[in-house]
Amino acid sequence: MALQPASTEIAAQAASIIDGMKDLEGPLLPILHGIQEEFGFVPQEVLPVIASKLNLSRAEVYGVVSFYHDYRKHPTGRHVLKLCQAESCQSMGSDAVAARLKQALGIDFHQTTTDGAVTLEPVYCLGLCACSPAALLDGEVIGRIDAEKVDEIIAEVRS
Amino acid sequence: MKPRIYIPGDSGALALGAEKVAKAIAAELAERGIEAKIVRNGSRGAYFLEPMVEVETESGRVAYGPVKSSDVKSLIDSGLLTGGSHRLSLGDPEAIPFIARQTRLTFARCGIIDPLSLEAYEHHGGLAGLRKAVAMTPADVVAQVTESGLRGRGGAGFPTGIKWKTVLDTNADRKYIVCNADEGDSGTFADRMIMEGDPFVLIEGMTIAGIATGATKGFIYIRSEYPHAVAVMRKAVEIARKAGVLGIHVLGSPNTFDMEVRVGAGAYVCGEETALLDSLEGKRGMVRAKPPLPAHKGLFGKPTVINNVISLASVPIIMDKGAAHYKDFGMGRSRGTIPLQIAGNIRYGGLFETAFGLTLGEIIDDIGGGSATGRPVKAVQVGGPLGAYFPRDLFDTPFDYEAFAAKDGLIGHAGIVVFDDSADMLKMARFAMEFCAVESCGKCTPCRIGSTRGVETLDRLSAGIEPQKQVALITDLCNTMKFGSLCALGGFTPYPVMSALTHFPEDFKPAPVAEAAE
Repeated sequence: MALQPASTEIAAQAASIIDGMKDLEGPLLPILHGIQEEFGFVPQEVLPVIASKLNLSRAEVYGVVSFYHDYRKHPTGRHVLKLCQAESCQSMGSDAVAARLKQALGIDFHQTTTDGAVTLEPVYCLGLCACSPAALLDGEVIGRIDAEKVDEIIAEVRS
Repeated sequence: MKPRIYIPGDSGALALGAEKVAKAIAAELAERGIEAKIVRNGSRGAYFLEPMVEVETESGRVAYGPVKSSDVKSLIDSGLLTGGSHRLSLGDPEAIPFIARQTRLTFARCGIIDPLSLEAYEHHGGLAGLRKAVAMTPADVVAQVTESGLRGRGGAGFPTGIKWKTVLDTNADRKYIVCNADEGDSGTFADRMIMEGDPFVLIEGMTIAGIATGATKGFIYIRSEYPHAVAVMRKAVEIARKAGVLGIHVLGSPNTFDMEVRVGAGAYVCGEETALLDSLEGKRGMVRAKPPLPAHKGLFGKPTVINNVISLASVPIIMDKGAAHYKDFGMGRSRGTIPLQIAGNIRYGGLFETAFGLTLGEIIDDIGGGSATGRPVKAVQVGGPLGAYFPRDLFDTPFDYEAFAAKDGLIGHAGIVVFDDSADMLKMARFAMEFCAVESCGKCTPCRIGSTRGVETLDRLSAGIEPQKQVALITDLCNTMKFGSLCALGGFTPYPVMSALTHFPEDFKPAPVAEAAE
């Protein structure tokens, strides 16, 4: 298993991401996306670094991080499965798909399996509403999910 | 010339296996030593036929679909490259009824060309509108957009030309064009489709908006749930910049305009224009009180045009063909065309661009072919999570801003989600309240607190606790939310809730308590 970098290393890596983007107009969201892309989540250690480089208070930075659903406080599993739970997918049985996946994986939404294989998250619309129910597995789109596709998804995240 | 095979790279098609099909076709062609060019186009929007593969033959294009990777061998055996007959043959794609019946103005190129070929874009009429705009005065450009009758396609339906005129008439050292591509409504995918299938039309529309109002910088704010659209738009902006469509001299004219693609972070409320501006500025996406209007004090306090993707993408054809051409389509005060997005439990789902005025019944039964499950259609939600649920009794309502408002509904971004008779409308009403509670920015009380109290009230109703009292309470609460909320999130959540309650009262009666077996 890969070692987590020490917090000083995280701060140094974050500083270079911030320096690359801090001259953008309204740089905070692009910076946070950059950090999450690098670390897989937004480590607490980077908040004071961002605050000092952008001349904001730590509370302001924390306020932004906590406002948006996308920014995670914890690392995810090796796979991230986002299941659409919005109206269009509901009309095609997304509730049942979610129930089946939760049972098979033994986790609820916003949880990661104990073996670290997969994190399950709900999402509200992927714009695939003519192919409901839909999901996003590690950035790959999946539409018209039926029992067979549920099994394929489970096999893929377990592999 | 090498034969051309078109395989959509649109994420709807990818979700149905287009990537596997593309790989299988490439592998099969290589194995047989056949030379052909594979073009990854956008989608034409007929998702019930995706992945739809098209081949360019001497007599025009021939389509096949829906294609699975296991069909590839037999397709090539049947003479795919020359349009040979196969059980998946669809013939001329333009003659497929779902496509033939449309009026494609905004989506004219979507699904036809390689989205990242500026050459193909120009060959199919692209940049003609911008070329006309650079030769006109800003006031004339604004006048033409106003004259076309184009109204904001994001949902509010505000006249686009009037918004532009306000920005043009406001003096400032810097102005912005912001494209709202935070298409969060369930049942909608028009913005995603055009960004993935014809990104240059949006760039052209935004550039025209810049020239018309004196803005020199644009931002496209795309939701993070659309990774494919983000990737295509970023590449397209880069290509446009290199080609001189964007930059210090737009198409060699004295006009300056450039743009950036920004990505949201999963907050539904950022689709509200002022929350979106706060988010772009790097803040929590909190709704702002109006006035000041964004047209006066918008992004970073500067005059800002903020328009939906489809509004901006409709501008090039208006500039090219003239205001009258666009205005000739439609009914009443709803002019031009609207890309209907027919979704959910529907047999023939997809994007259907047409003039305003079709009835809901024609859309669902005639074009959509009824439910996918084959069961009776019980309800349709029009306009996303904040839109009303309409029963079959209202299927004679024409698709028009005013006609929907008259029936206590809204057309919103023109997403239509179909439910069959297994839908539980009390559950859907509760979901609307719950969604509002989760997504509320928290600035105003009716939305922040009202939505949570709404969930609790509906839970008591489904548990059968003093049902009449709960109905009175939820009605009163919806009234408060509708008139007391700062923006459409809290203000429109009552639409799905009250329409469900009004049109499907039987679902709001508590289930009879089962008697214990003796």
